[in-house]
Amino acid sequence: MKVLVAVKRVVDYNVKVRPKADGTDVDTANVKMSINPFCEIAVEEAVRLKEKGVVSEIVAVSMGPKQCQEQIRTALALGADRGIQVETDAELQPLAVAKCLKAIVDKEEPQLVILGKQSIDGDNNQTGQMLAALAGMGQGTFASEVNVADGSVKVTREVDGGLQTVELTLPAVVTTDLRLNEPRYASLPNIMKAKKKPLDTTTPEDLGVDIAPRTKTLKVEPPAERQAGIKVADVAELVEKLKSEAKVI
Amino acid sequence: MSILVIAEHDNAELKGATLNTIAAAKAIGGDIEVLVAGSGCGAVAEAAAKVEGVSKVLAADNAAYEHQLAENVAKLVADLGKNYSHVLAPATTTGKNMLPRAAALLDVQPISDIIAVESPDTFKRPIYAGNVIATVQSSDAIKVISVRTTAFDAVAAEGGSAAVESVDIADDAGVSKFVGEELAESDRPELTAAKVVISGGRGMQNGDNFELLYKVADKLGAAVGASRAAVDAGFVPNDMQVGQTGKIVAPDLYIAVGISGAIQHLAGMKDSKVIVAINKDEEAPIFSVADYGLVADLFDAVPELETKL
Ligand SMILES: Cc1cc2nc3c(=O)[nH]c(=O)nc-3n(C[C@H](O)[C@H](O)[C@H](O)COP(=O)(O)OP(=O)(O)OC[C@H]3O[C@@H](n4cnc5c(N)ncnc54)[C@H](O)[C@@H]3O)c2cc1C
Ligand SMILES: Cc1cc2nc3c(=O)[nH]c(=O)nc-3n(C[C@H](O)[C@H](O)[C@H](O)COP(=O)(O)OP(=O)(O)OC[C@H]3O[C@@H](n4cnc5c(N)ncnc54)[C@H](O)[C@@H]3O)c2cc1C
Repeated sequence: MKVLVAVKRVVDYNVKVRPKADGTDVDTANVKMSINPFCEIAVEEAVRLKEKGVVSEIVAVSMGPKQCQEQIRTALALGADRGIQVETDAELQPLAVAKCLKAIVDKEEPQLVILGKQSIDGDNNQTGQMLAALAGMGQGTFASEVNVADGSVKVTREVDGGLQTVELTLPAVVTTDLRLNEPRYASLPNIMKAKKKPLDTTTPEDLGVDIAPRTKTLKVEPPAERQAGIKVADVAELVEKLKSEAKVI
Repeated sequence: MSILVIAEHDNAELKGATLNTIAAAKAIGGDIEVLVAGSGCGAVAEAAAKVEGVSKVLAADNAAYEHQLAENVAKLVADLGKNYSHVLAPATTTGKNMLPRAAALLDVQPISDIIAVESPDTFKRPIYAGNVIATVQSSDAIKVISVRTTAFDAVAAEGGSAAVESVDIADDAGVSKFVGEELAESDRPELTAAKVVISGGRGMQNGDNFELLYKVADKLGAAVGASRAAVDAGFVPNDMQVGQTGKIVAPDLYIAVGISGAIQHLAGMKDSKVIVAINKDEEAPIFSVADYGLVADLFDAVPELETKL
């Protein structure tokens, strides 16, 4: 069966981003960009399913400016077979991304679509659920275990109270949590091979999707800074401060 | 304006997160109605009717909603949501799973995890692990919003007397099935609602050593949390993870033990009123947000803390 994986280009998780001084946007000039960590886990899961013989083809999709081809190439180096870029320089919101993915799902007819549960820039945690709604598929979000059996997939989900397992009819959507797997590193030969794998580009217009934003960011600002406090000398001083100064115990 | 709040519950009990979400609804202003979708959830609907500020409770009691399967509940929420200006749910794993699905069915771009209401169409929400706060305005006719519960003080659970109306829609999408669950049993308070939280990180070395934290927690009536590193290493289960991709907590007192203070961890606890850090490395970034820092070996400091409390 075929799997579609969504990979997003985001600011690397080690970078501490800051709002621009005029508060119009986040300053992402010259910062390191990477594949969203949750998307990397999505690719890894697809590759493992292929290694188990469950999956025959992995298609990696990314939406965004030309540079997001780098993240598709990363996915290809990790084991995806071909890539599709939906090229646009416009701001993309999750509903628009979900609609583009839905159009690609209609064409490619994958049995499984794997996405990250959230991207570490927008922190929306929406796209997978919205794609599942638009495609009329079941959704296994925040997955820590995925088992495909004929015609269905069992997904163990990380929920507030612990773990929940659901069974979904295929085709279905899965979004990854951190503990689903530990992604491998791409080897140099695989990075070289990835350069020759097919990568098609299309656009939201070609897919017939209206990506006009529905929300507008009026302002971005840093959160209220916490002042570093004091160092206490020992446990006795700590307990005394918590009792008489902070009054929290 | 009329606002539909989706209740968080387990068919037996109305969860506190609902009260924080109703508080956000009050900040928006307008008529507040609560949807209780579940199975055998009559007691929950009764409890919701007593909440301060609620004008009506819609009870959708059907087997299809028993386990809050998003495929079924989202359809119901989209069906009902058409009649409201706002649809709100707490940003719990249940809310985050269901709400975007309902929004897509309504052709709405939802707004996740709001921490403040600026006006009925404008909200603040954290992005980039809380390093940036964005003010966003929605142009959709229906605003679909998940609420960061720690950012809104709960409304009173008593004082209201709303009518309960039953809803006869049985949406079963037929594409998903509940198989089972493993829920953590604990006598300690819930992480996201506790007044005091004590969390352990990789510095704890193993799961058995968390016993040190449980002892302190029991003296303080605290919940116990963990860093991702501690969860990944298998010291404790995933539902204890605090951070950008775990639970967001904002207790009166947060005690971080053997946690370095990565931004992803800080994202989950830096709104706590008072932060204490115990770490043997005086350069650890956690000290830059701690009100009280103790540079010490945790295996000396934590047992001593327990005896001094
Ligand atoms: C102030 C501000 C300004 C912005 N300006 C721009 C801008 O000019 N241009 C711009 O492109 N973005 C911009 N963004 C980012 C944009 O808003 C987010 O990318 C968008 O909201 C998607 O949300 P998300 O990635 O958090 O979705 P989530 O729902 O958290 O993403 C979950 C998963 O969906 C998949 N996914 C999401 N997006 C893509 C994608 N593009 N391609 C492939 N898979 C994807 C991934 O698998 C991802 O793990 C801006 C954000 C802010 C806050
Ligand atoms: C996409 C993504 C999402 C993430 N989400 C989260 C999240 O939600 N929550 C989260 O916590 N992390 C998250 N992380 C991981 C995060 O980046 C850090 O790796 C993690 O928080 C580190 O955990 P730690 O502080 O326990 O471990 P470490 O960084 O290894 O720190 C251990 C600390 O213990 C101290 N120590 C060791 N021994 C002792 C002793 N005997 N006495 C006193 N102190 C001692 C050390 O000095 C050190 O500071 C995420 C990462 C990524 C990439």
